[in-house]
Amino acid sequence: MTQLVYLIPLFPLLGFLVNGIFWKKMPKNMGGIIGSVAVLASFVVSLCIFFEVKSDSFQGPVVVNLFEFINSGKLVIPFSFQVDALSSLFLLIITGVGFLIHVYSTSYMHDDAGMVKYFAYLNLFVFSMLLLVLGSNYLIMFIGWEGVGLCSYLLIGFWYKNRDYTNAAKKAFVMNRIGDLGFLVGMLLILLNYGTLSYQEFFGQLGSSHVAVSNNLYNWIAICLFIGATGKSAQIPLFTWLPDAMAGPTPVSALIHAATMVTAGIYMIARSGALYSLAPMALNIVAIVGTATALISASIAIKQYDIKRVLAYSTVSQLGFMFIALGVGAYTTAVFHVMTHAFFKALLFLGSGSVIHAMGGEQDIRKMGGLGKKMRVTQITFLIGCLAISGIPGLSGFFSKDEILAAAYAHNPMLYYCGLAGAMMTAFYMFRLYFLTFHGKFRGTEEQHHHLHESPAAITIPLMVLAILSIVGGYVGLPAVLSEHHSLMAFLKPAVTNFDPRELEHGTEWMLMGLSTGVAVIMIIFAFVRTKTPNFSPNTGLAKVLENKWYVDELYDAIIVRPIAALSKLLDRFMERSGIDGFVNGVGKGVRWSSDRVRLMQSGQVGSYIFVMVIGMVLLFILGFFWVS
Amino acid sequence: MGLYEILFWFLTVMALGCALGVILSRNPISSVLFLIATFFAISGHYILMNAQFLAIVNIIVYAGAIMVLFLFVIMLMNLNADTEPQKNRLIQLAGVISGGILFLVILGALRNVPVASLERTNTGIGLIKNLGKVLFTQFVLPFEISSVLFLSAMIGAIVIGRKE
Amino acid sequence: MPIQYYLFLSMALFCIGIMGTLMRRNAIIIFMCIELMLNAVNLLMVAFSKMYGDAQAQVFVFFIMVVAAAEVSVGLAIIVMMYRKVHSVDINILNRLKH
Repeated sequence: MTQLVYLIPLFPLLGFLVNGIFWKKMPKNMGGIIGSVAVLASFVVSLCIFFEVKSDSFQGPVVVNLFEFINSGKLVIPFSFQVDALSSLFLLIITGVGFLIHVYSTSYMHDDAGMVKYFAYLNLFVFSMLLLVLGSNYLIMFIGWEGVGLCSYLLIGFWYKNRDYTNAAKKAFVMNRIGDLGFLVGMLLILLNYGTLSYQEFFGQLGSSHVAVSNNLYNWIAICLFIGATGKSAQIPLFTWLPDAMAGPTPVSALIHAATMVTAGIYMIARSGALYSLAPMALNIVAIVGTATALISASIAIKQYDIKRVLAYSTVSQLGFMFIALGVGAYTTAVFHVMTHAFFKALLFLGSGSVIHAMGGEQDIRKMGGLGKKMRVTQITFLIGCLAISGIPGLSGFFSKDEILAAAYAHNPMLYYCGLAGAMMTAFYMFRLYFLTFHGKFRGTEEQHHHLHESPAAITIPLMVLAILSIVGGYVGLPAVLSEHHSLMAFLKPAVTNFDPRELEHGTEWMLMGLSTGVAVIMIIFAFVRTKTPNFSPNTGLAKVLENKWYVDELYDAIIVRPIAALSKLLDRFMERSGIDGFVNGVGKGVRWSSDRVRLMQSGQVGSYIFVMVIGMVLLFILGFFWVS
Repeated sequence: MGLYEILFWFLTVMALGCALGVILSRNPISSVLFLIATFFAISGHYILMNAQFLAIVNIIVYAGAIMVLFLFVIMLMNLNADTEPQKNRLIQLAGVISGGILFLVILGALRNVPVASLERTNTGIGLIKNLGKVLFTQFVLPFEISSVLFLSAMIGAIVIGRKE
Repeated sequence: MPIQYYLFLSMALFCIGIMGTLMRRNAIIIFMCIELMLNAVNLLMVAFSKMYGDAQAQVFVFFIMVVAAAEVSVGLAIIVMMYRKVHSVDINILNRLKH
């Protein structure tokens, strides 16, 4: 079965080609069906492979060689896929959540003229993401890496007639490119020092002494790769693109900016765990950046009014949590959180899509309220998502988040307190969002109120499936105090080199769990009290700073964009206009001037031309016979 | 000085003299006639070098066909010494001088070539039989292509020469 | 006969041809001078052919004559055309190349 792994990316690719080539002629529903079926087929194959990997007979990672991709001198890079626990788990997440989102999109995008094109992009995105997690070397990963960057550009700017949206798309692309450069540098460093990009060969050489390298090299490679991860996974300093990326259709936000693409960075670092274990400095940077991102973006989310923007910042914050886990060496925990987060964040985004759909495109929560009465399914599923992300015991988010916090506590209590503060804010802003949207009085226009309705089955069924997953998804990784058997860790053990997390005393662990649950509950109550009487007067002081996202965009604008623009203008005026243009035009003018003079030599009479020719012949003869010899 | 040398010098003087006649005579008709005489002298040289085939072809093609064509054209245009355009003396002098310089330069360049006699080799190569063999084996493709050249020249001449 | 004699003879003929093209303004005469130069080259080729005992050079002479014949037919057609247009064969009238 593992030999058939190439089928998984093949189906979405075919779906992309069919939809992409015939998008003008195809009926709209057809495009949706083709797109969904392609992903469903991949999902089925992924399931088969997952169970094969899970079975006891599976021995280590299987590398499937498809063809030779680059063969140049000593450098040989095959186009090959690697099947192991990590990649098979990600395959399931991507194709599973991806399929649900495809189904959801068939209803959500139904009225859009470019629906078939949309599904083509979506399939291309799934294809790239699968390539990213399946590749058996960094180059294949990089192809997928760039592919998802491209697709996110295409999908964020899907409604390309709106200038703001295309600007958001460009911003996402440029930010991603900055990170990609880091990835590329890291990749080339590996290639330069180890002569290979294959995971197995590279990690095999890491510990051995025959490659004489210093710890510094490990750190540099790890930091370069991490820069790539900050771009793709929206960490400080490259996180500002993700909230703007909400310009795309809501299912896109769910798929790309919550469930899959942004986890590429996590996947990459978890995959390179063997390298990061040797690079303590890089790990510290990862942990610090993760903590800072988690705190800052959570604080921004508190004061946002756009329903999708709150979720976007919450995504950034949750990604920060994952990076904390990576930074303390708990790779499995990070992957665990990726999984649960994919469930509940996709659920929340799709739920918000359902709300936006019902509100006729309105995204401002100040104009919502009381939607719960009209949209029961959406409300309940959304509530489950909120509970999960806030870390209420029993739901998936609790287990993964608690594991992260425990790992952080074992590593350094300071990280734990920061993480707890982040979790606190998470609970607050999620329930602020929930109460403002679904409870209280309706604050929109009469027309919108009249229009309110529950969404069709194609939207609610994925919501329900995701809600169930958000509840049960956590039980694959029960904490040590509850169960001896951590099935996810056992499953991932062969693929992911985990730091042995320092065992906590059971008492301490109970205490930590109780503490985080307690603050979450307190925050939920606090949020309920605060939103009882909504007050949307203009913010002042710190709240205003938070509403304006710590002025990070303005800061980047002032520090980077404007100086570069000014420099460009300067170069344009002095280098381009008078330097290069002047030179080029000068050459033209010079030729024209001199040819004006030279043409006077031309008499136009054949006789004189022959005469000059003979003179030339004589000179050549003199040169050839007397001078040279 | 044997017969061979006498003939050689006679033909040489005749060729050079007639060639000078071509460029110096004022009447185009006499220029053509001088040129024909030059070609006869060159054909004589060919015979001396045992290249009978080329000698005959030279007379037939050049002296016979080409020069008659020249004559026809001159007569068609009714050119004679009176209509002959003349360059001024200075330009003519410059022409003579530059031509002479060219001659001297080449002379100086080739003055020291090693002396090789023409008698030492087998002399049968210029006969039609040998030449024909080479022409129709080794050079048969260019030979055939030259017929295409003639065809295109013929069509070209007709196209250029017809009245609008 | 040493080869130099033929060398110098063909050189002399060639240079006379060049002098002719430089001195005269009549297009037909210039054309004839070109034929003269071609013949000078032919003569030298035949001399070399005899010197090396190789028939290839004579075949080349043959082809030169072929090309010359084609060239003359086209060239004379052009001169006739020119005469029809300007009623002269004076090459100094043809100074269009200047413009």
